[in-house]
Amino acid sequence: MSASIRFDDVKVGQELPPLDVPLTAAIVVGGAIASRDYTPVHHDRGAAQAQGLSDVIMNILTTNGYVSRYVTDWAGPDARVRGLEVKLGAPNMPGDTMKMTGRVTSAENGSVEVEVVGKNGWGNHVEGTVTVDLPTGA
Amino acid sequence: MPLTPEQKKELEAQLETFVGKPIGPAKAGRDAVNEPMIRSWCDAMGDANPAYLDPAAAKDSVHGGIVAPPAMLQAWTMIGWDMHRGYDEPTNEEQRLHKLLTDNGYTGVVGTNTAQGYTRYLRPGDTVTAETVIESISEEKATALGIGYFIVTRTTFSDQDAEEVGWMTFRVLKYIPAQQPQAAASDAGGAPAVPGRIRPPMGHDNAWWWNAVADGILPIQTCNACGAHHHPPRPMCGECRSMDLGFIESTGQGTVHTFTVIRHPQFPGYDFPILAALIDLEEGVRIVSNVVGCDPGDVHIGMAVEAFIHEDEDGFKLPLFRPVK
Ligand SMILES: [Zn+2]
Repeated sequence: MSASIRFDDVKVGQELPPLDVPLTAAIVVGGAIASRDYTPVHHDRGAAQAQGLSDVIMNILTTNGYVSRYVTDWAGPDARVRGLEVKLGAPNMPGDTMKMTGRVTSAENGSVEVEVVGKNGWGNHVEGTVTVDLPTGA
Repeated sequence: MPLTPEQKKELEAQLETFVGKPIGPAKAGRDAVNEPMIRSWCDAMGDANPAYLDPAAAKDSVHGGIVAPPAMLQAWTMIGWDMHRGYDEPTNEEQRLHKLLTDNGYTGVVGTNTAQGYTRYLRPGDTVTAETVIESISEEKATALGIGYFIVTRTTFSDQDAEEVGWMTFRVLKYIPAQQPQAAASDAGGAPAVPGRIRPPMGHDNAWWWNAVADGILPIQTCNACGAHHHPPRPMCGECRSMDLGFIESTGQGTVHTFTVIRHPQFPGYDFPILAALIDLEEGVRIVSNVVGCDPGDVHIGMAVEAFIHEDEDGFKLPLFRPVK
């Protein structure tokens, strides 16, 4: 991770570097356990299949983690995330890839809004907005 | 079995009693904010932010020391291990609400939206307490998954000094599954099969129409008594009440009556954007379909279009329209 982005260097419409997340069982199960979410569909393939899914699915906390990380990867360690808002769609499952893209949709008073989309083989897994405060001045 | 109007009224009266209720007493996180959980989170998220992981770099950052990833907010108060057992008996108001809906046939549940606000970053040693209120329950809605109710909960997170550190809203749909989701064949753990178009319901009154489409024609129902044309197919003529009905094959020639372009939500199994149109066929009936083979911007009301029978990859056939060359 390099130096942080400064507010004055950000332009509305600017695109973030894309990120491909290869979805593994380790990410899905590890994300669920790291967020202390032991709901069976997130770690037990049999339980997922009993619900008509072909495999375990990523939990929402992990989705939030990736959406937030995607923006701070770009913004750097001096960014302060103020909030996020996500809409959930096609589930993330092992074997698929989530392709993340982002675009700055607003930049005012040191605060930036980034629209983030995470798309997998079925469609959009997540559409969201992250609000982040960036350092100002030189 | 769908609920009768009386049963639905009774259910909705019960749902109403949950709105505004706390789900239970405030719940303290099992562990204080701590670095081992932060590191496990960063591993799974592939997050290398030094503000979470590197004490020296974190000290030099705006945070002045190690902070927890803000998106971990909810993780600090999760129940954890006990969640794997499920809940035969509800233990709080939210679970009682879910059980009420489940018992009434709304067995499906899916998270649809969440929002979080971070009042401040959490640091190792902070303790987090969550208080959750059932904020709203929607009217019954028809969705791609089935009919159901959207439930919004709002959680306020506070620290050891009872100061707010953040909040979260969470929206779930409790629904009657419209159809059994298809388990994809993927015994090697490969990517799930991409689902296809949602099939129309087919019953006694309309299956013949789809069967004729599958045979490659666009049928229009006709009344053998008075000659009226109907679409969509129905069991009785609306003009003369005859049930002696037949069909003719449409020429497929029509004009766009009106249309809309569907861009979101992009559920699987369809190519977006979808140009959904009402087409006036020259036989005098109106049909809902899609216009394909041109740019959405080129479609206009009154445009001449012609039908063709489209076949999906899985063999399902349906009539679509394209501009007349
Ligand atoms: Zn008639």
